[in-house]
Amino acid sequence: MFTFILRRLGLLIPTFFGITLLTFGLIRMIPGDPVEVMMGERSLDPQMHAEALHRLGLDKPLYAQYFDYLGNLFQGNLGESLVTRESVWTEFTTLFPATLELALCAMLFACVLGLLAGVLAAIKRGSLFDHGVMGLALTGFSMPIFWWGLVLIMFFSVTLGWTPVSGRLDLMFDIPPDTGFMLIDAWRAEAADPEYNAGAFKDALMHLILPSIVLGTIPLAVIARMTRSSMLEVMQEDYVRTARAKGLSPARVIFVHTLRNALIPVLTVMGLQVGVLMGGAVLTETIFSWPGIGKWLIDAIGRRDYPIVQNGILIVATLVILTNFVVDILYGIANPRIRHAK
Amino acid sequence: MYFECSVSAQTAAIPSKREVELIMKKTRKLLIAAGLLASAAASQAAGTLIYCSESSPSGFDPAQYLSGADFDASAETVFNRLVEFERGSTKVIPGLAESWTISPDNKVYTFKLRRGVKFHSNESFTPARDFNADDVLFTFQRMLDKNHPFRKAYPTEFPYFTDMGLDGNISKVEKLDPQTVRFTLKNVDAAFIQNLAMSFASIQSAEYAGQLLKSGKPSDLNQKPIGTGPFVFKRYQKDAQIRYAGNKQYWKPADVKLDNLVFAIVTDPSVRAQKLKKGECQVTVYPRPADLPSIKADPKINVISKPGFNLGYVAYNVKKPQLAKLEVRQALDMAINKDAILSAVYQGAGQKADNALPPTQWSYNKAIKSSAYDPAKAKALLAKAGYPSGFEMTLWAMPVQRPYNPNAKLMAEMMQADYAKIGVKAKIVTYEWGEYMKRAMKGEHDAILIGWTGDNGDPDNWMNNLYGCDSVSGSNYSKWCYKPFDDLVQKAKVTTNVAERSKLYAKAQEILKSQVPITPIAHSTINQPVRKNVESFKVSPFGLNAFYGVGVK
Repeated sequence: MFTFILRRLGLLIPTFFGITLLTFGLIRMIPGDPVEVMMGERSLDPQMHAEALHRLGLDKPLYAQYFDYLGNLFQGNLGESLVTRESVWTEFTTLFPATLELALCAMLFACVLGLLAGVLAAIKRGSLFDHGVMGLALTGFSMPIFWWGLVLIMFFSVTLGWTPVSGRLDLMFDIPPDTGFMLIDAWRAEAADPEYNAGAFKDALMHLILPSIVLGTIPLAVIARMTRSSMLEVMQEDYVRTARAKGLSPARVIFVHTLRNALIPVLTVMGLQVGVLMGGAVLTETIFSWPGIGKWLIDAIGRRDYPIVQNGILIVATLVILTNFVVDILYGIANPRIRHAK
Repeated sequence: MYFECSVSAQTAAIPSKREVELIMKKTRKLLIAAGLLASAAASQAAGTLIYCSESSPSGFDPAQYLSGADFDASAETVFNRLVEFERGSTKVIPGLAESWTISPDNKVYTFKLRRGVKFHSNESFTPARDFNADDVLFTFQRMLDKNHPFRKAYPTEFPYFTDMGLDGNISKVEKLDPQTVRFTLKNVDAAFIQNLAMSFASIQSAEYAGQLLKSGKPSDLNQKPIGTGPFVFKRYQKDAQIRYAGNKQYWKPADVKLDNLVFAIVTDPSVRAQKLKKGECQVTVYPRPADLPSIKADPKINVISKPGFNLGYVAYNVKKPQLAKLEVRQALDMAINKDAILSAVYQGAGQKADNALPPTQWSYNKAIKSSAYDPAKAKALLAKAGYPSGFEMTLWAMPVQRPYNPNAKLMAEMMQADYAKIGVKAKIVTYEWGEYMKRAMKGEHDAILIGWTGDNGDPDNWMNNLYGCDSVSGSNYSKWCYKPFDDLVQKAKVTTNVAERSKLYAKAQEILKSQVPITPIAHSTINQPVRKNVESFKVSPFGLNAFYGVGVK
């Protein structure tokens, strides 16, 4: 097991270098530097331009900038935003809880509904329910996030008035972001002053519903389809037939003998969905004015805020890689054939 | 938090606020329980206004930035300037300076400063003195002097200050006594007072800056602003909200009608429109033309319309051989069907432009009219210029939506069709925005769609900045340097008599019209939606959003 983990870790190092090179190169390939972008229609004073580039260290040759960047990275220095001049790490830690909260809720929504729908569809294979669920899953998978978000807002928030349009909390509540997780902050604030902050927790919860649905839709569809096909495969196995022949209850056969084994590939898919969630978060956060890292990165690209783009993407990529690393290990634990391969 | 602050700052006359808020909360709870209200957002505490802004500010030091979103969040709320634009107009009124005198040679400006103006406090700073000449000196010395200790500790550029030419023109700023400051200019600048009213000239506290310098945190000047303005900065949560409290000690008490002002940062325009409809914000930054009809149809929303202080135009690069010929430019000018563009691109939210500056700019020459749409005559002019079967050229279209042009790509396509009718084959070119501007300033284009929003309400900001010889390597996108025109504009710049300046500019506009370096297309109309419970909101001609003097019912 130990060598298995080491081998997996070893693979991470070239991946990290690849990411640093890619983000460093890609953002610089987009024309325009931060100063030019800020000036817009205005004429740019060449002297001021040169001074600004010098201050930002952007007048050095590209390779020198890259080595500076790597050097800083090894010292744990992620640099500061060229625009706001806050440290990248501070900005990241301020915004990340919002994304994490949203991603966890979306994943919860996707896993619970996805597993349930997948299992039921597999049991009732070929029925109207099966076709309906799989049809819906395909639709969900192909739904453009932007459009889907706006449709839900128009229907549930504006027409029916059930949910708030966007944001994380009604702005009439003034709750400082102690943990950054709005559910926790709102709950604590309400506990501290139940009268003045009445309804804050419920309000935070209401704000989470639509974005979680929107962000969770694609993973939900993938998980449902994967669960169904994996279940169908396992249901054909001899040991399931044996279990049935032994006279076990259908529920026991499905949930203990079938689902448990069918979950292995689903687990991998869930791990991969973390990457999808991060990608989806960019759009979902934009629609729902959700102050997370997706929106942060998009703004940074627009403003050519190199340190944020480079290091923000690096952190996100690291998180995605680590999640998959953990999934790999879990997978190894669940299936000894994997860890003993080679 | 804000609540406690406002209570502590109030006297016993206003303790009912908490009671009122509690009653409202309780009522709201009852309503929610009764299923009458879906969310807590439906009720608003008295005196709180929520404004849906379009983006997070880059920072809170107005001198460092250029965009309206940055100025709304700092200059328009936290700060004051020596002189200010009257709310909703381009007229300059006294601000932190009560009065000023100008020397006979128009180069020395002496300002008498207002007494008893208090700077805000925050958790780490409490002012020990009122506003005085040291604050004015600090504000301007930091921008002028590259070796200023604060600038050494916290290096930054001052793009707007530089862009308006103040770094080169102010020779010194002196304190005559604690309430008197003197500015000496190298050259006469008739727009100097206007320039001082602009957001970047917001007055910082020298005392606060000194304290930040001592504690080694100079960057807090940009993160935790301290000013004298109508709203006190409370808290900023990136990409989510900015909270301000009404300044109870403001020197113009009538301007502070709100207890709390909250900026909700909502980047997507459709979502802003939905939030406004649902009452989650009371004012939003201007909507897209496409969202306007449904907003106007809402009985709870007022849409305040005002002609924009802007111009969308097409500039012809006269350095290119074909476009160097006057007849060619005239032909292209009259080949454009402006009415069709107005209805398709601006969707009614625009006004046809006759002249190279907006009609609300003083010195605007009303006698100048747009050339009539006449493809036949245009074709004849082209033939006369030696291009009977037309020619090929590039037509650049902006990749972004701007206040003066909501859809440059569509506008370019329509103009391409118009030009095709006279045999001119226009190839539409576009680049990423930063690259577009860089190449345009270098003059790589033939014809280009571009525009401008006025900075300071002075005609020089249009006539010299966009069409003058000084700007040929910058924002003069026609690269047109025409001496008779430039002489008039330069003379007007150093003339302080408004009537005389108007005459000079009126004449310059005639020359501009006859030489056709540009075709003015449209001035977009600013449509500002506000909910009906918002009182006395005024639309700024500069596209800013200010909430002093605004109340909620």
